[in-house]
Amino acid sequence: MAGNGKLYGVLALQGDFEKHQLALERAGARQFEVRTVDALREVDALVIPGGESTTMLRLMDYYGMFEPMREFGLTRPVFGTCAGAILMARGVMSPAQKSLDLMDIDVERNAYGRQVDSRIVEIESKIGPLEAVFIRAPIIRRTGAEVEVLASYLGDAVLVRQGRHLAATFHPELTEDTSVHRAFIELVES
Amino acid sequence: MILNEAFRKKIGLAEMLKGGVIMDVTNAEQALIAEKAGAVAVMALIKVPSDIRKEGGVARMSPISCIREIQRTVSIPVMAKARIGHFVEAQVLEALAVDFIDESEVLTPADEENHIDKHPFTVPFVCGCRNLGEALRRIGEGAAMIRTKGEAGTGNVVEAVRHMRTIMREMRQLTTMRPDELMVAAKNHQAPFELIEYCAKHGKLPVPNFSAGGIATPADAALMMQLGAETVFVGSGIYKSLDPVNFAKAIVKATLNYKDPAKVLEACEELPDGMPGIDVRQIREEELMAGRGW
Repeated sequence: MAGNGKLYGVLALQGDFEKHQLALERAGARQFEVRTVDALREVDALVIPGGESTTMLRLMDYYGMFEPMREFGLTRPVFGTCAGAILMARGVMSPAQKSLDLMDIDVERNAYGRQVDSRIVEIESKIGPLEAVFIRAPIIRRTGAEVEVLASYLGDAVLVRQGRHLAATFHPELTEDTSVHRAFIELVES
Repeated sequence: MILNEAFRKKIGLAEMLKGGVIMDVTNAEQALIAEKAGAVAVMALIKVPSDIRKEGGVARMSPISCIREIQRTVSIPVMAKARIGHFVEAQVLEALAVDFIDESEVLTPADEENHIDKHPFTVPFVCGCRNLGEALRRIGEGAAMIRTKGEAGTGNVVEAVRHMRTIMREMRQLTTMRPDELMVAAKNHQAPFELIEYCAKHGKLPVPNFSAGGIATPADAALMMQLGAETVFVGSGIYKSLDPVNFAKAIVKATLNYKDPAKVLEACEELPDGMPGIDVRQIREEELMAGRGW
C-alpha cells in the first residue's frame, strides 16, 4: 500500500477538506482531519485544501495555528491546492495578505476573474495528463530558482514543486484521478 | 448526464464553502464584521429575515448599490438573494457578478408555480428544501448547493432540525433499496430518477448540503453540523444579538469544532443570550416562509 504507514493530515478549518481526505484514501494513504495544533503534531505531512484563503488565514490566526504550521513546513512536506497554494506562497497580491512562505513563489488571487471565469481543462504535466479544475483560481506570477514547474496552463505555472512541498492552483481533489495526490505521497516517502 | 462540466464548476465553488458559516448581511459594515469573524461568504439581503417577518410587505432583491458596496468591501464570496421564480432578478445579479444566487423563500415569491431554470446561468445557485424530493427538484433545475430551509427569522432551530433529519433519513433509506425499487422511490419523492439513483449509490446529494433558518446560538450551529449540515447559514441571529462581533466569532468557533464539546462550550461561554425566539406554531400559516417553494 502507498502511504507506508505515514499519517497525512488534512487541514479542516474550512474548505473542500473532505474531498482531499477521499482522494488520499483512494491513493492508499492514511489520513486525518487537522483542526488544532495538537492534531498537527500527530501527522507526518499536511494537505491544505481549497477554500477561502482569507477565511482560513483568519482562523489560523484566531486559533494560534499560523506559526505552528509555518514551523511544520520547515521540516515536513506540505501540499496545497488553490487557497492552500496561496497560503504556501512567499508573496500574495490582490489583495496582499500574509502567508506561510513555504515556497519561493508569488501568487495573485482570483486572477482569472470571478466565478464566471472558472473552468475545467485538460493539461499536460510532468506526471502525465491531468484534468485541471480551476475555481476562482490564483495565478503564480513568479517562481524562484529552486521551484520546479510540473505543469503550466496559458503560459503560467499551475503545478509546482520545491523540495518536498507541492502546490497546485487547480483542484485535483475534485476529480477522480489521484495522480497529483500520488505524486505528493511519493515526495513524502522519498 | 446532469453532472456535466458546467455544473461541476458550479458545484466546485460550493465545495470551497464547506465547513464554515455563511452570514446574512444588509450592508458593507455588517459584511466586514462577518469577514473578520471568519465567515466563508456573506449573503446580501434587503433586511434580515426577522425584520422581513416583522415589517411584512413585499421583500425583493437587495438594492444594487448595497450589493456593490459589499462586493467592494470584502474579498470573500458575496451571495445575493433573488425571489423564487424571478429569473430577471437573477439575470441582474449575474450581470453584477455576484458569486452565488440564493433563490430564496425568505423573499416574497414572484412565481407560485415555477422556479428559475438555473442551468443557463453561469453563476451558481443555492436553493432551499424541506425534504429530499424538493432538494432533488431544485438540483434538477440546476441548483449547485442545497440548504435546508428551517424557518428563517425565528431564532428557533426546530424546523432546521426537522428538515435536515428528513433529508438525511430519506437518503439513508434510498441506500438500502434494490435498483428495481428506485423508480417508485423517484415517483414518491417527485424527483428526477437519475438523481434518486445518485443518492441511492452515494448516500449523499451530488451537491453540498448546508443548513439555514433559525440557527441562533453556537450550540444550534454545532447541532446542525452533527446532524449532517456541511456549512451553516446564520441570518438574523448575529445582528439581533447584543454583541454581533463576538457572536459571529462564537458561531464560527462552534461550527468548526462541532465534534468537540469542550470547544463548543468555550464558544457558548463567550456569549450573552441569543436573539429572542419565536414559537413556530404561533406563526400564522400564511406567514411561514418554509412552505414557499414547489
